[in-house]
Amino acid sequence: ADIISTVEFNYTGDLLATGDKGGRVVIFQREQETKSRPLSRGEYNVYSTFQSHEPEFDYLKSLEIEEKINKIRWLPQQNAAHFLLSTNDKTIKLWKISERDKRAEGYNLKDEDGRLREPFRVTELRVPTLKPMDLMVEASPRRTFANAHTYHINSISVNSDYATYLSADDLRINLWHLEVTNRSFNIVDIKPANMEELTEVITAAEFHPHHCNVFVYSSSKGTIRLCDMRSSALCDQHSKFFEEPEDPSSRSFFSEIISSISDVKFSHSGRYMMTRDYLSVKVWDLNMENRPVETYQVHEYLRSKLCSLYENDCIFDKFECCWNGSDSTIMTGSYNNFFRTFERDTHRDITLEASRESSKPRAVLKPRKVCASGKRKKDEISVDSLDFNKKILHTAWHPVENIIAVAATNNLYLFQEKVN
Amino acid sequence: MFVRGLKRKCFDGEEDIEGTLAGIKAIPSYNLQRQSLLDMSLVKLQLCHMLVEPNLCRSVLIANTVRQIQEEMTQDGTWQMINTQSTGQASLDRLVSTDILCRSARDQAEGKHVPAYGTFNKEFESDQAQDSSETMSTASSVPAPRNLQSNVWEMENPQENKGNFQKSLDQIFETLENKSPNSVEDLFSEVDNSYYDLDTMLTGMMSNTKMGHCDSLETFSSPTNTASNSNCKSDLNDLDHIVEILVES
Repeated sequence: ADIISTVEFNYTGDLLATGDKGGRVVIFQREQETKSRPLSRGEYNVYSTFQSHEPEFDYLKSLEIEEKINKIRWLPQQNAAHFLLSTNDKTIKLWKISERDKRAEGYNLKDEDGRLREPFRVTELRVPTLKPMDLMVEASPRRTFANAHTYHINSISVNSDYATYLSADDLRINLWHLEVTNRSFNIVDIKPANMEELTEVITAAEFHPHHCNVFVYSSSKGTIRLCDMRSSALCDQHSKFFEEPEDPSSRSFFSEIISSISDVKFSHSGRYMMTRDYLSVKVWDLNMENRPVETYQVHEYLRSKLCSLYENDCIFDKFECCWNGSDSTIMTGSYNNFFRTFERDTHRDITLEASRESSKPRAVLKPRKVCASGKRKKDEISVDSLDFNKKILHTAWHPVENIIAVAATNNLYLFQEKVN
Repeated sequence: MFVRGLKRKCFDGEEDIEGTLAGIKAIPSYNLQRQSLLDMSLVKLQLCHMLVEPNLCRSVLIANTVRQIQEEMTQDGTWQMINTQSTGQASLDRLVSTDILCRSARDQAEGKHVPAYGTFNKEFESDQAQDSSETMSTASSVPAPRNLQSNVWEMENPQENKGNFQKSLDQIFETLENKSPNSVEDLFSEVDNSYYDLDTMLTGMMSNTKMGHCDSLETFSSPTNTASNSNCKSDLNDLDHIVEILVES
């Protein structure tokens, strides 16, 4: 099994897609509740597996293009088939996943095994009939959107018009139409004329969930720009600029690095957006640009370890964050296979672990605690014992229910709220 | 769990040091820490070039950190301080690091100038001229590896430390690449990847075009790479060693 690089529920939550470092996509489907297996409700089983991207070699630059799936985004379902966009560093693909549970039998010109029949053997005409067969799930690539990104794609986002989507790399954002593969429109370009002057890159981008003309993009300097596509064709001028003033007392050489935003997500309501930087998660009100309305510390105990984390490159880890369906709770990952959820109204937060030892099926997860300093209590873990190779970068929350998907390196964990 | 040795010299808890700044004794250790952070950052930037395609975000963040340290160092004039101090430990560390690097640098002592990089060459040479006390290593005339260096290091009075450091940097760089002398162009085309416009790679790796289109393409293609692959393992061992030395200094 390969390292999971992205996790995404579809709009109904019945399907869960994961992409991995090897370019594969695995889709899980939620089991329907049946009388014979009442406990199976909520279980996700493998629905489809396919190879989305293959490794490529760019001959002009003599560089390999990784097949790792950076992001998957579902399209809303419009017919019996399901569609999703998956992207690696350079190319986005639209995949159609469809079910086939019937096949035609009784052809005149060919046998059941497909071989052509000898013409003289055809003595009578018959009409082929549809017969049921074992369910087969097929994934087929419908569109390939290529050659539009010089730099590495970090985000894709489907627009609320369900006809267009954006793709963002380190320096540019392009707008695509789902039906058109040979052309995309560049809507943001922050590449300086002289690359030596480059000090800031785009780290994430997303369309507003309701306003199809609005999108945001975050930067490595901890800023978020909201753009309105109605104002001009090239959205280099932002409509809103979100930045929290720096606290001068906590300034260090690592201040900029830890302020770099690794993920930005609109709330389902569209009123708020959430950003994840290295140590915290911030909730912003779109109407207030000068500071976030809420800040949650994810692992503040790492602040005194920044130098070591810089040395082993962990400081560059890009954590994602997500909202629950009602926007009341937010979730993000940490190290040691820990992930954290924060309830916005009650300010309660909890740290949980995604590991085999602590997750027996149907067992309730035990809250974990990290001891920052001083005497370590029983059941607490000290900061120095944390395993920094076990990082939870990708998490997803079911759009309606309290079911969460947590990717821990090459394992996928699904947790559900305990219903009594 | 954390990489060996660094914790001692780390910035962890630097705010305490900054806050108190009690006497001269506190300052040198802060400077040493800052210096080691600078060294580490530059090595990281170097290492970027060995990867498939450098992560631009990471490179930019590290480069900004380097720039920040540089600015601070020039602002509080600590160049002078490090210069005049020459405490036993500091200079010894420098000696050790450059000595190790010297050995490998001598193995592939480069004498030639790369004409296309005339501008960088000039700046480097002017630093050299002002660098009277620098006698340690065989100064390779290979100029500062990238534009970043020339931007970041735009100082009126380059100090010994800077020259010293640039030399270490060049040597790291040579060791990393470990290419045959006639592939110096290749060396620089590798370097320029992350910072030069990737678009212009298509037009022959920036200044390489001046050297002749075909030549650059040839050196860039597989024959040179396969030759260097066989040296990779020893390079990586050298690299670990170097990083260890740098980090501990």
